[in-house]
Amino acid sequence: MKAMLLAFVAMGLVAVGADLALDQIGFSSSDRGSSGDVRLDDG
Amino acid sequence: MVRRLLALFLVLSLGTGAFAQEGFTPSDPDRSATGGAQTLEDIMARQEQMRVDDSFRSDLTGDPDAAAPTTDQLGTRGGASDPDLWRGLRYDTADVTTQARGPAATTLIQDGGMRWVAFREGPVAVYGGYLLLATIALLALFYVIRGRIRIDGAKTGRTITRFQAVERFGHWLLAGSFILLGITGLISLFGRKAIAAFQSADNPENYERAREVYATLALGSKWIHNNVSWAFMIALVLIFVMWVWHNLPDRTDIKWLAQGGGIFTKHHPPAKKFNAGQKLIFWSVIVLGGSISASGLSLLFPFELPMFAVTFDKINALGIPGWFGFSPLDTALAPHEEMQYAQLWHAIVSFVLMAIIIAHIYIGSVGMEGAYDAMGSGEVEEQWAREHHSIWAEEVLAEKNAPPSAQATPAE
Ligand code: HEM
Repeated sequence: MKAMLLAFVAMGLVAVGADLALDQIGFSSSDRGSSGDVRLDDG
Repeated sequence: MVRRLLALFLVLSLGTGAFAQEGFTPSDPDRSATGGAQTLEDIMARQEQMRVDDSFRSDLTGDPDAAAPTTDQLGTRGGASDPDLWRGLRYDTADVTTQARGPAATTLIQDGGMRWVAFREGPVAVYGGYLLLATIALLALFYVIRGRIRIDGAKTGRTITRFQAVERFGHWLLAGSFILLGITGLISLFGRKAIAAFQSADNPENYERAREVYATLALGSKWIHNNVSWAFMIALVLIFVMWVWHNLPDRTDIKWLAQGGGIFTKHHPPAKKFNAGQKLIFWSVIVLGGSISASGLSLLFPFELPMFAVTFDKINALGIPGWFGFSPLDTALAPHEEMQYAQLWHAIVSFVLMAIIIAHIYIGSVGMEGAYDAMGSGEVEEQWAREHHSIWAEEVLAEKNAPPSAQATPAE
């Protein structure tokens, strides 16, 4: 039971970590799909 | 062997898309009446889904070497007329510059889109959905006929350790992520169809509300699907490393399979830690899960990891399409077509693995008394172990009951 809960927590951490990490290294879809000139939201 | 099987599976399941255009028009039809342009025959042949040799158009995109010097009149055209340029755009050979970035931004026209949409919304969704429903129905039928597989002998009240905590952690990381990925994947495939059910002329607000709810659901599903995939891939590696040793096929598997696992006979064929059925589950998870991961990565990083043209090339080199009387697979794929194949493959293989896993979940929970404990507490009833994994149980019990002196490694 404990191993299961731990696994589910780890799954959440991995997912959030992946999201942040991919954003950091420039793999957000806005980064990939458009050039800076056409992005209005990030100044 | 596994690679060949995979290749075969690929040919069979993707055949519909790649082979949709059967046969060729005569290699050199007379196009003098149209001055070398398309003829009515070309157009009719295409409408009959035949593959038309387009090289008379696709190769006709001008000749830069024949361009007049820039100092001459018309020199800046670079040896290409307007029709030459349009043909270049049509066949993705023109030198295009766009403001949009990304590897595929300069492909302005590609052929696969409608075929892909039709295949995704049609056969993939329909047969995939039926596969899952049929699996559930068969399991329900099995439950009615066979009932729960009980522990036959008297319980001993003693337990033996079946899986360590780290093994159970790996299993639940795999299981938790796979189930989330399965549900969110199905939402992405069927969600829009499902909200269409809310469409009604009398009550347009209902439909609007359904659309709002679905928008949020779809966005959340996408986030979960994209990011939880990493947990699945990590778990896949963990499980492989921890269990591959116990899943190598051996002679006991043949006997086990020959007796159908004793599922209907109530006689328990001998088995080691994993029986042949479980080994099949394990290898399905590794091979199909690995393939789903590869195609998933290809979808997650659009256009960065194309893998179908190279695979088709290998399949053609082995001559596999010829075995079935097909012409070679198309290997000149536009970047978007690579993505379309990746999506179809991802979905098809996922449906197959989901069906297998539904059966696994059944047998690991309601289907068999005493099985769940192996992944719950890690401790199983001794009698359960003797019945379902006799060879393994004997080994573990012999070790457990051996006098302390025999357990210690003798000094040499
Ligand atoms: C609620 C869902 C699930 C339950 C209740 C469950 C239960 C179990 C149990 C009890 C075992 C140990 C069997 C034994 O002691 O011999 C097991 C093994 C295993 N599980 Fe699961 N499982 C679930 C989901 C999954 C998923 C989603 C996957 C993979 C995607 C998976 C992959 C495996 C594999 C590869 C094994 C080892 C081979 C085998 O025993 O068949 N399981 N599971």
